[in-house]
Amino acid sequence: MSVGPPPLQSPPEPAVKALNCPKCGAAISLRALGQAVSVVCESCHSILDAKDPHLQILQTFEKLISSDTPLIPLGTRGKVRGTDYEVIGFQRRSIKVDGIRYSWHEYVLFNPYKGFRYLTEYQGHWNDVAVCKEQPVVDTRFSIALEANYLGETYKHFQTADATTDFVLGEFPWQVCVGEQAKLTDYVHPPRVLSREKTAGEVAWSIGEYLEGKDVWSAFHLRGSPPEAIGVYENQPSPVGPDIRQLWMAFTAFVIGLFILMIGFETQTKKEPVFQASYQLNPGQASGEASFVTDVFELTGRISNVEVATLADVQNNWIYLNCALINQDTGQAWDFGREISYYYGRDSDGSWTEGSTKDSVVVPSVPAGHYYLRIEPETAPLHPRIVYSLEVRRDVPVAGFYGIAFLMLLIPPILVSWRSFSFERSRWSESDHPPAPIFNTENS
Amino acid sequence: MTQPVSNCPNCGAKVVFLWSSSVQTVCEYCKSILIRTDVDLKKVGEVADLPPDTSPIQLNTEGTYRNRAFVVAGRILYEYEQGGWNEWHLMMNDGKSGWLSDAQEEYAVSFLASGQKLPSESQLQVDQQFNWSGDRYSLSVITKAHYRGVQGELPFEYWDKIDVSFADFRTTTRKFATLDYGDAEPALYLGEFVEFDELKLKNLRQFEGWS
Repeated sequence: MSVGPPPLQSPPEPAVKALNCPKCGAAISLRALGQAVSVVCESCHSILDAKDPHLQILQTFEKLISSDTPLIPLGTRGKVRGTDYEVIGFQRRSIKVDGIRYSWHEYVLFNPYKGFRYLTEYQGHWNDVAVCKEQPVVDTRFSIALEANYLGETYKHFQTADATTDFVLGEFPWQVCVGEQAKLTDYVHPPRVLSREKTAGEVAWSIGEYLEGKDVWSAFHLRGSPPEAIGVYENQPSPVGPDIRQLWMAFTAFVIGLFILMIGFETQTKKEPVFQASYQLNPGQASGEASFVTDVFELTGRISNVEVATLADVQNNWIYLNCALINQDTGQAWDFGREISYYYGRDSDGSWTEGSTKDSVVVPSVPAGHYYLRIEPETAPLHPRIVYSLEVRRDVPVAGFYGIAFLMLLIPPILVSWRSFSFERSRWSESDHPPAPIFNTENS
Repeated sequence: MTQPVSNCPNCGAKVVFLWSSSVQTVCEYCKSILIRTDVDLKKVGEVADLPPDTSPIQLNTEGTYRNRAFVVAGRILYEYEQGGWNEWHLMMNDGKSGWLSDAQEEYAVSFLASGQKLPSESQLQVDQQFNWSGDRYSLSVITKAHYRGVQGELPFEYWDKIDVSFADFRTTTRKFATLDYGDAEPALYLGEFVEFDELKLKNLRQFEGWS
């Protein structure tokens, strides 16, 4: 390979070619090194054939009625996805929905090695747009195309509208023309938007990714601050993150953990009773028998709860225990009354039961100390012998705490879901598929 | 075939063939189009001046496609109503011939595919579907182009063409196909779109103010 003459080294191509507008004589800069098809005179706004060395005039349009200034001046360079690009063209396009015209701006970016790229801007919302290398697949099962698939992701149909080119400036890699119509269809999968653009001759697909104004400003080293973004844009990523399901999955994991914790505490670490005793209420004894007190037992540790569990062999009968937990040292008392009743029988519907032979009560915030119970049993006037027992446990887990923990855990996913829900409603309210109103207003 | 090094029958300058299977080349000095025969080089025409280059690729640009190194040995320049594009002739390091097309810096690499059943030009309709080598291709656009010029070595004679029709096919992946109706029999090229950086190109054209 080295036997031949060395390859001819051509000097670097000049970056900007200077020509003059054939209409008004103003200087025309060709920045895209001959890759542009059209160039628009920045002075008289004639659309010129960039392929023609004489810059033949293709169209002139009235700039006064539609003049517009690009936020990023033509000729500005900036870094997009690690590559330097120069802004070479600018156009304003619009769609009309229900008689209202919505306009947006498109910037043509150029790099002599990587080619063309685009930035779009609508009310402070920006997108970085490139031509699709792969052809998206539109779901044609329905008469209207509601979904499109691109690189394994599903994009939802957002809007189809007829767009008009209203204003152009600089260079374009296609034959640009004011008044040109195209049918635009947008499919969204935030932060991306897949756009189909159908003109008379062809169908072109492009893929855009949402950019914040401040990122555009820093990429192109622009002065001042970008225009504030108004409303929610079609492919704007939700501020509450991409996946609420993850949050709910985390919540579910926490609840399962809580449940395991509860089971563990309830079974394995069941506390031994600090006091246990059985008593009986003999038949014939007068109801409202005199009260008695139990032996003294000790409660230790920090201030905590005390569970008093009762078991009584009531059969179609009841017993009422008027109790007081009394601190022997201070005399402080916690009064509580518990009824235990258990009835059963059989009727036309079969057998039935009501009540239980067990009862349990938790007395909260009891300090350590020496305690006894004062008990005053009551029952029906004619009653068989009733045997009942008492068990006192210190520091028992309370199911209610788990309920509170559950509710606390529920707050973040509910709040986030609500925010996401309202954000998505704002997004889709601008689409061809607006969500139904939550509250029906009768008089509308 | 002529030896890898010969002399231009028109101006006597040294003509070097990078690729043993090249059929045609262009003298770098006098722009004569030279056809390789069994005995010598025959001048069949001259290349008109090519328009100023806009592609970053040039003859002798080197790169890599799917772990195969290549060097750019020649090119065909086409024009159509929306501009022009280059088909760069690649000499792969396994001796095969490939094509790197560059249309407004959108790049694609393709190879001639033989043994496929091909439609005639008059049968073509946009959105038609074809199956080639196990992939489904959909006809996206038919382009009437004209031949603008050649440079360097080519695997066939390509100097007396005027108008050429191309049918471009897309798939749901990066794969694409082109049917070339420049000859009596259509030729099918199968390939894929590539990112500039994937090709790891060296010896590129320099542009003032860009690196």
